[in-house]
Amino acid sequence: MSNLLGKGLIDGLVVTAKNFVGSYFDGNRKDRLFTYQYPEERMKLPENSRTFPFLVYDGTPDQLRCTACKICETECPPQCIYIVMERDANGKPLQRPRVFDIDISVCMQCGICAEVCPFNAIKMDCDFERSKHGRFEDLLVHLPELLKSNEYYHQIKSAEATRVDATRKPTKKPAAGTKPEKI
Amino acid sequence: MSATGIIETQTLEVSLGPQHPSTHGVFRMDVVLDGEYVVKLKPVMGYLHRNHEQIAEKIAWIANMPYTDRLDYFCSMTNNWAYALAVEKMAGLKVPERAEYIRVIMAELTRLLNHSCAIGFLLSDCGAWFTPVLYALRERERILDFFETVSGARMMCNYMRFGGVRVDLDDQSLAMARDIVARWPAFLDEFEKLMTENEVLIARTQRVGILPRELAINASITGPMARASGVEYDIRKVDKYGVYDRFDFRVPVGEAGDTFDRYMIRILEMREAVKILEQALRDIPAGPFIAPEAKLRNFKVPAGDGYGRIEAPKGELGFYLVSEGGAKPYRYHVRPPSFINLTILEDMCLGQKVADTVIILGSVDIVLGEVDR
Repeated sequence: MSNLLGKGLIDGLVVTAKNFVGSYFDGNRKDRLFTYQYPEERMKLPENSRTFPFLVYDGTPDQLRCTACKICETECPPQCIYIVMERDANGKPLQRPRVFDIDISVCMQCGICAEVCPFNAIKMDCDFERSKHGRFEDLLVHLPELLKSNEYYHQIKSAEATRVDATRKPTKKPAAGTKPEKI
Repeated sequence: MSATGIIETQTLEVSLGPQHPSTHGVFRMDVVLDGEYVVKLKPVMGYLHRNHEQIAEKIAWIANMPYTDRLDYFCSMTNNWAYALAVEKMAGLKVPERAEYIRVIMAELTRLLNHSCAIGFLLSDCGAWFTPVLYALRERERILDFFETVSGARMMCNYMRFGGVRVDLDDQSLAMARDIVARWPAFLDEFEKLMTENEVLIARTQRVGILPRELAINASITGPMARASGVEYDIRKVDKYGVYDRFDFRVPVGEAGDTFDRYMIRILEMREAVKILEQALRDIPAGPFIAPEAKLRNFKVPAGDGYGRIEAPKGELGFYLVSEGGAKPYRYHVRPPSFINLTILEDMCLGQKVADTVIILGSVDIVLGEVDR
């Protein structure tokens, strides 16, 4: 402890002054100014970053990877996914979703759906600008809005997407009756 | 004025919170004041109650992992670890060595993050309006960036898995962690120069809110609060969970148990955490980051009960779990450190001035997500 009363105060003020002046003149001023001027300047999010799930398709949107197996629906911690499987005229299941809704107001962005999916069909997006005008209907995201191409997936998470492509079988969709891969 | 010539006074009841900016979150203190001195204080909790334990009993073991992030939202990594530790104990899962090291790195970085913010906000309560907090947040940002690079989220990391961790640390992120650790002592020196010897801080915090050693033990206070009162109790040393027995570090212990000691103990703990981090980042072995027998879906825990506890930055964080052998817990109980530490608030505040209650509350370092669950 200092003997001179007020020395601690002045020392502290020297530190703040150094930081204030340094934020203008220091060579490493990026160390002091870690903020981004948001709408003009956007930070590049890391690849692992996750905000909200999306459904991957190969090529055209009807070549959906999702088989409506409902694993993500059961595993989702806050139970925000709702899936109905498509059926043909005879009532035979077609292994693709007719309804795939995610409630954005309930989703807590944990990424467990993407982790448990055996078909690599549902992945986590990096897009964080998802505010809507409505409070109820707008926040229920339906199937068409969830669809994103594999190219988009490569764009946002190239390393992970390349890894996924390498592990995926060449067939677009597993034939009926095949078991999902073990996790 | 009465006939005897003495002014008759009345006590005044003031409700501090839940919306007062100086209360850390939605927490209310019903204070009875005699003049400026506190004669009675009643902590009122429950404004943020969201049924955490009941929800956990309805969902799968793993599905509860993201919910534990939301207990103490400053330290999601340690919350994950405590829960994973309890389940691993019950399921008999062995964690690979690399995963243990990664967990130590994450937990100690969380400690740096939590303590720097805790003392920053404590100083903010003292009236150093937001300058120390911004210094702390500036450094915390590096750790949050690191967490985002590794786990995908800044605060709600959801990183640990039963039997390991979710994502491995690659060389790039290890270099990032080393950079953070290398910078931290310089930040601590700057921060200490900024505040520690400040006469106003010393006048405001020394001999304020004294927590005697016996009371701390009797009230089962843990963490930095207990150590500031002279209780040498650190679960990293007592339990030696994980790989903490391999690291050389000391447990700082205070003497007076006042608010200044609780401030100082956090700075000293950060210095020790830097030591642990340096060793962990030096010695981290190669190998798998999750146990091969660990699985995500259809995970069942044998019937029985288990208690996993770790030294979270705020104190002893424990998860008591009962399993019936099924896919979800039968009983799930959290022992949150800041809730238990808060029970002693009245004893520390009695006889103090009303302005000091705010500082004392700040020195307890509570997070309401954990207190109310």
